[in-house]
Amino acid sequence: MSETTVKQKSETNVKEMSETKVKKMLFILSKGTLENAYAAFVMANGARMEGIESEIFFTFFGLEAIQKKKLEHLHTATVGNPALHMPTMLGGLPGVEALATKMMKKEMEKLDMPPVSEFLEILSDSGCKLWGCKLAVDMFHLEKEDLIDELDGILTIGDFYGRANEEGTHLLFI
Amino acid sequence: MKKIIADREIDVNEEGYLVDFNQWDKEVGRTLAEEHGISMSDKHWDVIEYLQDKYQKEEPLSIRGIKKSGVINIKEFYSLFPGGPLKKSTLIAGIPKPKSCI
Repeated sequence: MSETTVKQKSETNVKEMSETKVKKMLFILSKGTLENAYAAFVMANGARMEGIESEIFFTFFGLEAIQKKKLEHLHTATVGNPALHMPTMLGGLPGVEALATKMMKKEMEKLDMPPVSEFLEILSDSGCKLWGCKLAVDMFHLEKEDLIDELDGILTIGDFYGRANEEGTHLLFI
Repeated sequence: MKKIIADREIDVNEEGYLVDFNQWDKEVGRTLAEEHGISMSDKHWDVIEYLQDKYQKEEPLSIRGIKKSGVINIKEFYSLFPGGPLKKSTLIAGIPKPKSCI
């Protein structure tokens, strides 16, 4: 059984207190779709840009966003995604999901949103902490080597709650 | 509204950003930096120059842009301008606060 581990590495100083009442934002990313991963990344980065501490806890399918082999292959769902306004029969045809994803990535690139691996690097360098969920890592039979180098460690949910132990901390589930 | 910075009257908005970039000079920048607890080094000025250059070219600013610029890496950026680095550095540079989510 792998133990919960916390890696020490050269730290970006995050203790500069934000001038707002929100001091720390914690995100739990449980989904592996492109838009959900980016929601977590943009909000975590946005927090850092405001001087607010931020951390992301990757669990269940959120782990796809931090697996070296999978992180550049996140997709947007084209079936069962009513907000896309695409008929189910069409969305299920071969290649449609890949095409919709490609189009979305193109729009994101136009706005200078980085691809997943670069975004994770930026987040880590900005002082955002990135954690893997121990339970999910065990469930998917993952090893440390499967996960990105920038990961700060593998925690239980209890450990993660422990990181919410300050006034002005907020948790968001994605 | 008007604010006295480095012994002259400067027009600023309610968040303290310069309204007119033509009123900026290094002394104004230095004074604004000191108000935010930053003493300007050559590296700080390199970043300010980069930001002002982008502003004058009307190119949008983003944290990714900072990384790609080659002027500074992100860890250093956060250590030079602690807190909200893009917010702070643009204020010191006398340019408007970036209107981007990234």
